[in-house]
Amino acid sequence: MEQQTLTEHKGAPTSYGIYVLIWLALMALTAITAVVAGINLAAFTLVIALLIALVKSSLVVNVFMHVKYEDKIFKIFVAIAGGVLSVIFLLTFADVYFRR
Amino acid sequence: MADIALPPQDISVVEGSYLENIGKHKGLAAWLLSTDHKRIGIMYTVMLFSFFSVGVLLGILLRLEMISPGGKLFGPEVYNALFTLHGVIMIFLFVIPGIPVTLGNFFLPLQIGAKDVAFPRLNLFSFYLYVIGSAVILTALFVNGLPDTGWTFYVPYSLRTTTGVTVAVFGVFIVGFSSILTGINFLTTIHRLRAPGMTWFKMPLFVWALYATSWVQIIATPVLAITLLLIIISRVFGIGIFNAAAGGDPVLYQHLFWIYSHPAVYIMILPPMGIVSEIIATFTRRTIFGYKAIAMSSLAIAFIGYLVWGHHMFVAGMSQQADMVFSFLTFIVAIPSGIKVFNWVASMYKGSIDPQPPFLFVMAFMVLFSIGGLSGLVLGSLATDVHLTATYFVVAHFHYIIFGGGVFIFFGALHYWLPKMFGRMYDKKIASWDLLVMFIGFNLLYFPMFIMGYEGMPRRYFTYLPQFETLQHISIAGSWILVAGLIVMFVNLIHGAIKGPRVGPNPWGGTTLEWKTASPPIHENFEEEPVVIHEPYYHEEAFTS
Repeated sequence: MEQQTLTEHKGAPTSYGIYVLIWLALMALTAITAVVAGINLAAFTLVIALLIALVKSSLVVNVFMHVKYEDKIFKIFVAIAGGVLSVIFLLTFADVYFRR
Repeated sequence: MADIALPPQDISVVEGSYLENIGKHKGLAAWLLSTDHKRIGIMYTVMLFSFFSVGVLLGILLRLEMISPGGKLFGPEVYNALFTLHGVIMIFLFVIPGIPVTLGNFFLPLQIGAKDVAFPRLNLFSFYLYVIGSAVILTALFVNGLPDTGWTFYVPYSLRTTTGVTVAVFGVFIVGFSSILTGINFLTTIHRLRAPGMTWFKMPLFVWALYATSWVQIIATPVLAITLLLIIISRVFGIGIFNAAAGGDPVLYQHLFWIYSHPAVYIMILPPMGIVSEIIATFTRRTIFGYKAIAMSSLAIAFIGYLVWGHHMFVAGMSQQADMVFSFLTFIVAIPSGIKVFNWVASMYKGSIDPQPPFLFVMAFMVLFSIGGLSGLVLGSLATDVHLTATYFVVAHFHYIIFGGGVFIFFGALHYWLPKMFGRMYDKKIASWDLLVMFIGFNLLYFPMFIMGYEGMPRRYFTYLPQFETLQHISIAGSWILVAGLIVMFVNLIHGAIKGPRVGPNPWGGTTLEWKTASPPIHENFEEEPVVIHEPYYHEEAFTS
């Protein structure tokens, strides 16, 4: 295998407008998280908070961290880390759910 | 294969060796500021074994406390502090960084035919993070007294104690970053810097093990960092995330801690498993049976290792359903471990075995790791774990796995690669007999703990019932025999590295790339970039005869 040099990011650069839009979306989602925390939704509180966190982290990872424009291998790396994290969440919450 | 005997000479006269200073710096600065992976590996080795010596000394003192019931040597407070310090030093400063930062740093680029790791400066930065983190942990000695929580920093006690937990935890936090950066460096190196022709399945199995380990370091260590930060925030600002009275959950701490710390066991044991494959292939003159199965089992262990943390918490108040799931998953991890052991044994079958010291260390590993592994199944079963949890049985199991398994192979690897690192040989006869001494000492030290634990002796107690006196004395005697063996081993290795007879590039007849360059290796490892044609354990004489 040839020793490869690290390449620059591929694809069109993200415009400032997109960055601002993403930032506004993140702020809005943070506000929703705060509001939802004040409403008694029983077991759904956690699910909704996690879904919002998932959307926020996807935006940050894809746009701010440029994973969207990276090679497939980096996307696989991020997916593996995300997958492991999901399994960890699942097992931990399963314990809390079944605990008396 | 016989050693190539050359007249004794000073190491520094070997032309172009990495031990020669090049560049503007001289003396110690040439080492401390070097980005050469080999020098960084040596610096890590010196640091790690310094901490190991301190950890051993603390262990000896802990054993000595058991010379008679009633704790006449130290009081309970000092004993608590000593076992905490023993655990923190041995776990966070020795076995977790362990083989990857020392021998991994030295041999990963050599084994894949690269000039260095992908990010040499980041590598040096990782080293200094480790040094700074270690210094912060040791500072905890002088801030409000020694932490006395045990190395696990369990809440609620770690939130309540007035000892220097915050400082110690912050030190571990910094060392964790060193580990993450090393993982990123190794992963990138393996992906991008392999020599021409070295496809994934032509990589040595030590490289595969480091690859799996790097993934664990990158994904699991941040969880520890966050958990430790939560402890600091809880202690400093009184936030009740782990405090039941404030609506928090103390069991959540244990979840978070073991989400890291169980995979960390695989950070400790996967690299030694890789080295076992290297040593067996070299000293049996055979290719490794089931090469792909061993490579994949490293990844499988790394993955399944994430899913079994709950077996540390069977009596912590988890739900029964979670207990059963974690117990089941724990048994599954035995499958890839078994794949490795059976393939190693199959590799030896009809091999031309040369029982040199590194190979004898592997034999000791097989026995000790098997005892440790099988006793782990007893602890992974729900019913038996309830009886044995927090007893000496757990202490024995853990030391058989990590010390008898991981650290014995660390020693074996030093015996294997020392001639490559320094171009000199130690006294092999002393090394072989000394291993026997250490093996006897180790078993005398730890095997009685299985019996005492089974009979109900709790761990972390500064005293014990008179019925355990005989077994405690056998264990103490074992600790002295083991330490005597360790002293002889280090003297033999250090003497060999400095004044041993010179050896050629390949004294053992190894087949992987590090044996194709000079001993000690030159600054950028190879005169010319190697091209890989054969699989890693291609013994030409075996294939051509």
